[in-house]
Amino acid sequence: MTCDLHPGSSFLHQLDPRLKIVIVAIWSFLAALIQTLPAASFALAGSLLFALAGRLSPRETLTRLVKVNAFLLVIWFLIPFSFSMPGRTVGSFGFFTVTAEGLQLALLLTLKANAVALGALAFFGTSSVTQLAAAAHRLGASEKITAIFLLMLRYFHVIRQEYVRLRLAMKVRAFRPTFSLHTYRSYANLVGMLMVRSMDRAGRVHAAMLCRGYTGRFWFYDHFSFTRLDLAGVALAILLVAGVLVLNVI
Amino acid sequence: MSSKVLIEVADLNFAYPDRPKVLNNFNLTWRAEERIGLAGPNGVGKSTLLFLIMGLLKAQSGVIEIFGKQRREEKDFQAIRPQMGFVFQDANDQLFCPTVADDLAFGPLNLGLGHDEIHRIVERVLARLGLMGFEHRVTYDLSGGEKKLVAIGSALSLNPRLLILDEPTANLDPVTVARLEGVLAESGLPYLVVSHDHEFLDRVTTRRLEIRPNLS
Repeated sequence: MTCDLHPGSSFLHQLDPRLKIVIVAIWSFLAALIQTLPAASFALAGSLLFALAGRLSPRETLTRLVKVNAFLLVIWFLIPFSFSMPGRTVGSFGFFTVTAEGLQLALLLTLKANAVALGALAFFGTSSVTQLAAAAHRLGASEKITAIFLLMLRYFHVIRQEYVRLRLAMKVRAFRPTFSLHTYRSYANLVGMLMVRSMDRAGRVHAAMLCRGYTGRFWFYDHFSFTRLDLAGVALAILLVAGVLVLNVI
Repeated sequence: MSSKVLIEVADLNFAYPDRPKVLNNFNLTWRAEERIGLAGPNGVGKSTLLFLIMGLLKAQSGVIEIFGKQRREEKDFQAIRPQMGFVFQDANDQLFCPTVADDLAFGPLNLGLGHDEIHRIVERVLARLGLMGFEHRVTYDLSGGEKKLVAIGSALSLNPRLLILDEPTANLDPVTVARLEGVLAESGLPYLVVSHDHEFLDRVTTRRLEIRPNLS
């Protein structure tokens, strides 16, 4: 299972991927609806518990969370200042005033976003993409969508490499992007060439699939079973969901 | 048994649209246990011939007989393609799954085999390739040589009756070429291999076939 972000055999690694998708869906939906700070803090703590149960590598997880929080910076720059009308003023920078409501909302959003991100990382990072795709298929995602997802995953890198090669080939022939028609034309050629190559490759991949007995049905190399461990996962999830709900009402 | 014909190609003609003919009344008799090397300059129709044999292209005229039966329609080819392990020139075309195990399992899954049996096949093929423990390696992270070996594995996992390889040694270092030769020898299968590497062909084949440019 080295295909996943965090290889291992923890409690979360052993959960049925189908169950993981369901839990993440419910957990994210719930986190999105949270209105109070205690409930949001509890949700984040719950996600942290999931992350611990999945034995996520702290460093990689933090790097990913930093990316999420970079987006939240924008919120911190805007929302504390945008409640000027009814809010209690906490402080002011010249023309701008910071309100308690604004700060509270920014904090709430930050907690919620991190809870969702960490929860998803904990569950999805402990299954291989193949497992998750197969699980999504079992849960009703169409065969086509699932196949497209898997193929996209595989060929994204191939096409990227092709792009990098073409770009280098342009560079070694002294191409330097400027504000000129030549630059735009060259970029258009690059994009066009990538598309043509991708088309050709798609044809060859299809031919290769035919050679291995593909007849239009996409089979998944996975089998799932719902075990007692999964029941424990369900119980844990229900407990945490209940906690969030109770705290959100209080 | 030794004179049994695997593939018989007779008077095959093929041209891509708006281009000169690449194959002109081409003939080939491939007998069981023969290991054929196919050589010839670029653009002479070597890959085209392989695609025609696999039924991926349609000839303008001529006869293709595989395993004792004439094959014409897509349907005819569908039935026998898994018995002919075809290895594409570019392993990136052949390996399209996220992980090595998925790719090795793709053919057997299409054949309708069960999970446990497929698991055994994957393990066995990886052992034959000397790639034990590669099951869950991500395909795009493999080296060029590893990719090529896995591509051959994806053909072997079908348990084919013969192998067809399109320039398998292209871009490989000598060590990987030696590994590939070992895999081919151990497979015990008859094969047809296209290559520009004449020394490689001398080592691994029992018969050489040269396609000449069509000058007509």
